[in-house]
Amino acid sequence: MNISNKDNSQADLIEYATRLGDDSLILGHRISEWASNGPFLEEDIALGNVALDYIGRARMYYTYAAELTGEGKTEDDFAYLRNERDFSNYLLNELPKGDFAFTIVRQLFIDVFNSLFLPQLQTSANEHLAAIASKAVKETRYHLRRSKDWSIRLGDGTEESHQRMQKALADLWGYVHEMFEPDELEKRLIAQGIAVDTANLKEQWLAEITETLNTATLEVPEAEWAVRGGRAGHHTEHLGHLLCVMQSVHIRYPGAKW
Amino acid sequence: MSQNELSLETAFQNKIDNELKIEPKDWMPEAYRKNLIRQISQHAHSEVIGEQPEGNWITRAPSLRRKAVLLSKVQDEAGHGLYLYSAAETLGISRAEMIEALQVGKAKYASIFNYPTQTWGDIGAIGWLVDGAAICNQVSLQRTSYGPYARSMIRICKEESFHQRQGYQIMLELAKGTIEQKKMAQDSLNRFYWPSLMMFGPHDSESAHSEKSMKWKIKRETNDDLRQKFIDQTVPQIEFLGLEHPDKALKWNEERGHYDSSEIDWEEFYNVINGNGHCNRQRIEHHVKAHEEGAWVRDAQNAYTAKVVLRAAQAIA
Repeated sequence: MNISNKDNSQADLIEYATRLGDDSLILGHRISEWASNGPFLEEDIALGNVALDYIGRARMYYTYAAELTGEGKTEDDFAYLRNERDFSNYLLNELPKGDFAFTIVRQLFIDVFNSLFLPQLQTSANEHLAAIASKAVKETRYHLRRSKDWSIRLGDGTEESHQRMQKALADLWGYVHEMFEPDELEKRLIAQGIAVDTANLKEQWLAEITETLNTATLEVPEAEWAVRGGRAGHHTEHLGHLLCVMQSVHIRYPGAKW
Repeated sequence: MSQNELSLETAFQNKIDNELKIEPKDWMPEAYRKNLIRQISQHAHSEVIGEQPEGNWITRAPSLRRKAVLLSKVQDEAGHGLYLYSAAETLGISRAEMIEALQVGKAKYASIFNYPTQTWGDIGAIGWLVDGAAICNQVSLQRTSYGPYARSMIRICKEESFHQRQGYQIMLELAKGTIEQKKMAQDSLNRFYWPSLMMFGPHDSESAHSEKSMKWKIKRETNDDLRQKFIDQTVPQIEFLGLEHPDKALKWNEERGHYDSSEIDWEEFYNVINGNGHCNRQRIEHHVKAHEEGAWVRDAQNAYTAKVVLRAAQAIA
């Protein structure tokens, strides 16, 4: 490998770690908005736990991206000093938290995804990413049990809870497709055995979602709409507001330590 | 009072005098039970309402580390609320009844949470001063006469000391930071110092619940003694931060072995308690809103549980 290929490959790796960090941070941030807003106290605690796991993951991915970047960069530079177009999280993760059904359906989609994604990342040729995946996969097992249980309870609960779940499914369905569509950068890393080929996960993802929704007496949406673009920095309008809030203190005091 | 009740009450007081714990199934005077329900539920509500002013900064925490620590702290507070509701439930009241009492204004929560958290420095000041004041009170409550309450305090105190350290650490970073950060720290100290002193309640001479509570060892130390302890311990902490003490009249009293301080503005204390704080209405309305928005979730959970039970019964039949 010549020098410039090596540089390109390093840049790909930084971008990949950053994307995974963005997915985790943005979702963790959204879940953290449930503090003091849960349907009962136990849920404030449980959602807090899930949010903490995601923010923890973001810190690991960003710290690795920062190490690779050098120049004294830290995890906070990635979280606080990038703008809307720089973030490359999946759109699903940035949507406002919605009602409890919306949050649960989103978690179900992402937890099933992660339960397939992380075991593959554990076998990545990149040992840093593999190590992060090994930690995260344990948390995801717990998250998945939770989101499946809640989906079933709410789907098969009351008429109202059933309708709310069905609506959340309809509202979120179009955002799932991009998770299974690796772009050129990911394809280069897949070829090197570093990134996970998410296209291969779709069939099993759909099978597991279908099984849970069947148990929950819910219908799998058939709608054909699909929104894409998170990985390329084409976001919904919601992300900008999230970043305004999240970054507000940090950017008002440049160079300050906290 | 009948002869029987009199001897029960004597036995009860003997137990307390001998430092034995009262347990849920033991006989206790109705006033003891009521007093405890009032105090423990108020404590639980304070933990739960306290999620709001601190939660106000989770989304804006200035570093990822701070964000994670604050999230974890707020989660702990919710956990404290849970233990305390459970401790109160052992006295024969349900969590739903306690929540109802909070929402209609019959039960109180710590008035400190009626103050807004305006800056990131306030998160430091709350951890350091508000949790610090709470710890003074709670350490003494580890020896309270009611067993479930005393035991929950032991666990809560451990977590609260961690919270106090995180608050102080925030203040330390600010105090040794840029000029603007130091100003932020001083401002938060100035705003939260006096309300923290008020957390110990009125002077002993004015306190409605003190005398009986001391006899029954629900309270172990008086409001004024605990407040003095807090004032004394805070002085070197402020010095170490290199900040100015908000009490300009503070002076060491050799004879008493304590700091003398200015009188608290009790008018402000009663004013805020009586509904004129910046956040009184907001805190309760937020709680009611979250509770009402969660009603369908709780209903669904109950409906699902009932279905599962029914299906199991049908499977057997």
